[in-house]
Amino acid sequence: MIRLTVNGESMQLFSANNVQELLDKLHLGNQRIAVELNSEIIPRSLHAKTRVREGDRIEIVRAIGGG
Amino acid sequence: MTTEISTNDQLIVAGRSFNSRLMVGTGKYKDMAETKAAIEASGAEIVTVALRRTNIGQNPDEPNLLDVVPPEKYTILPNTAFCYTAEEAVRTCRLARELLDGHDLVKLEVLGDDKTLYPNVTETLAAAETLIKDGFKVMVYTSDDPLVAKRLEEMGCVAVMPLGAPIGSGLGICNPNNIKIILENANVPIIVDAGVGTPSDATLAMEMGCEGVLMNSAIAHAQNPVLMAQAMRKAVECGREGYLAGRMPRKSYATASSPIDGLIGS
Repeated sequence: MIRLTVNGESMQLFSANNVQELLDKLHLGNQRIAVELNSEIIPRSLHAKTRVREGDRIEIVRAIGGG
Repeated sequence: MTTEISTNDQLIVAGRSFNSRLMVGTGKYKDMAETKAAIEASGAEIVTVALRRTNIGQNPDEPNLLDVVPPEKYTILPNTAFCYTAEEAVRTCRLARELLDGHDLVKLEVLGDDKTLYPNVTETLAAAETLIKDGFKVMVYTSDDPLVAKRLEEMGCVAVMPLGAPIGSGLGICNPNNIKIILENANVPIIVDAGVGTPSDATLAMEMGCEGVLMNSAIAHAQNPVLMAQAMRKAVECGREGYLAGRMPRKSYATASSPIDGLIGS
């Protein structure tokens, strides 16, 4: 079990080895999104190679309507 | 019968050409269907979006804005709305670049307070400097101060976008003289961003020589947004053609259009 903060909310997951697995669990795996891990952008190409660890802070953003 | 004269007139921003000089936002619409219909009716090719946290644990099939305005069809202009510091704005732009697969054209806006939504010029200048160094093409929302506009151009912003009036106010161009001074000194496109309320406001901006107009509320908050989007498309084209055609000189007194010679009964 690891604890993460995702978009400001704490979350406990049984397993999520890397960013891609986390996104898949959140049903965001095939969405148009961008990810920050501890304030650093993780390029899409590295999602599957980037480990998530206890206490990590993750931001997942998308485009919404704006002017 | 009417025959359209082709002007082959294009807006060029950061080396990219656009047929439309109307740029539109995607906020405040009733739903995605209305967003899509209004944007199509506007003829806009550059479309602004905002970046926000995704909803976690909610409906995964929720429609995504980028499915309605696909980056393959539109030039997406991510904004930094509601960023109050240079740091937040830069972070937002970097996330946008990642989201849009390396897309480097951004709309920088760093706000000063939430009542006026006036730009915080010092933070805007700082953000622009960092972003330009980082390879971004910056279209910058700013006040209608001619000196600030010039400074942003000199720093390397690809377009300077002074407000006509506060964001979402619909007051039109409150200080046309400032826009005129900005235009006289500009070597990059000047685009009126914010304040437009009616098609005639947009036409006025274009007649003055602005290279484009960016708007959101004027369309989204109209009674009939899709019809207003169409009206704005025509208004921007109309103003641009009027500018290119060159207006007649102003005179204090009348000049008859009909000849005096050959008057009947003289």
